Amino acid sequence: MSALPAGATVPMWMVAELTYRCPLHCAFCSNPVDFAKIESELSTEEWFRVLAEARALGAVQLGLTGGEPLSRPDLEQIVAEAHRLGFYTNLITSGVGLNETRMRALKEAGLDHVQLSFQDSTRELNDFLSSTRTFDLKRRVATLIKAHGFPMVMNCVIHRLNIDHVDKIIDLALEIGAEYLELANTQFYGWADLNRAQLLPTREQLARSEAVVAGYRQRIGNRLRILHVISDLYETRPKRCMNGWGTTFMVIAPDGLVMPCHAARMLPGINLPSVRDASLREIWLDSPAFNRFRGDQWMPEPCRSCPEKTKDLGGCRCQAFLLTGDVGATDPVCDKSPLHSKVLEIVNGPRPLQPAIERPLLFRTPHNSEQLIAEMTER
Amino acid sequence: MDNSTPLPRASYPRIAALYRFQWEAAQNAYVLLFPEGMVQLNVAAGEILRRCDGKRSADEIIADLRAEFQSDAIDADVEAFLRSATQDGWVEWRDAVRP
Repeated sequence: MSALPAGATVPMWMVAELTYRCPLHCAFCSNPVDFAKIESELSTEEWFRVLAEARALGAVQLGLTGGEPLSRPDLEQIVAEAHRLGFYTNLITSGVGLNETRMRALKEAGLDHVQLSFQDSTRELNDFLSSTRTFDLKRRVATLIKAHGFPMVMNCVIHRLNIDHVDKIIDLALEIGAEYLELANTQFYGWADLNRAQLLPTREQLARSEAVVAGYRQRIGNRLRILHVISDLYETRPKRCMNGWGTTFMVIAPDGLVMPCHAARMLPGINLPSVRDASLREIWLDSPAFNRFRGDQWMPEPCRSCPEKTKDLGGCRCQAFLLTGDVGATDPVCDKSPLHSKVLEIVNGPRPLQPAIERPLLFRTPHNSEQLIAEMTER
Repeated sequence: MDNSTPLPRASYPRIAALYRFQWEAAQNAYVLLFPEGMVQLNVAAGEILRRCDGKRSADEIIADLRAEFQSDAIDADVEAFLRSATQDGWVEWRDAVRP
């Protein structure tokens, strides 16, 4: 392995989005809304090359996700190669397709950990939000994961429709024997952004859920570690984007585009490089896309002269773009931003009283994606 | 194990099942890997955890470190580290005689 030049950081985390195919249709999915037009998935051999190049750069955590990574019949081969290279391999799955045969094959391939998603603690809401009948299947898969001795993270995306069930969701995680529970408050990109009016929790809901989590943490100690990721829309300071744009994370899309974060594909004027045209080393060190928001030279005021700029690094580029239309703007979550009112309009604005009834959720389906692509083309 | 419990120096510490311990050339350090996370270890932590293989007692690990680093004044530091590593869940203990 050749060392990185001085000043360059190691991309310790690689997220491999193996496919955008998915049996679920979650209304809060972070995948691009135009996923239906993304074809030509990387082949097994291409993934092998990408894994080797990432490992040579120092990547060590590998998230295998999608879509549903089990939709790829070569998942076991990819896990085996990643394991051989020394990655810690995390399978991030809905559980659909994870039967005894594949579970055993993944264990033999050297898989380290399984993160299993639930959409809620109740069958009704789980199945409604994912637009599938999968709650009972997920329960069975959880048993299978533990029977094979994997550490298990239960993941549940939190939003207005399920946030009042946080206690029951924690109970479910305890019941299925998860070591970690990730309560991931919806980040409003992709499909979640389209459904924001229905999914954004109220300030009161958020405060209640935080109190519930704090109470459980005190009671259960280390038996279950709860990672509570809060959306920053109700804050007055933004969060770092992926620990800093181009500092820690690389996300590889199914077609080989390399992104600094999951949602970067929608950012205008960022010419995302592809593993089909360049090596990961060239992409990480030299591509305009990865260098665009490194350091603080790109920052506008009020960030550039702000004493807190080293903390949040100007915040999230995708949030800045979605709320201000300018990918290079200060994240408007910051109350020093001249456009902070955009955030206040959202969090203080009128909300539907019965969110999913007054305005139906737009589910992540190929059909809906194709319609959105057609609408974007017309405009 | 809280801070008032004496360290079971005759028992066998090992890396807990949830964690993987490995050398990372890119960081020039030992690391602990776990679901979706990583801890980069400093030299002392790496040297201690490298020896926590379930086949050496805490006493033997301390004796080994004393010899390697030619210092008799490390017991308290190693004990403190093993105690906090146990509280963090990185290290498990086995009392049974070695296999």
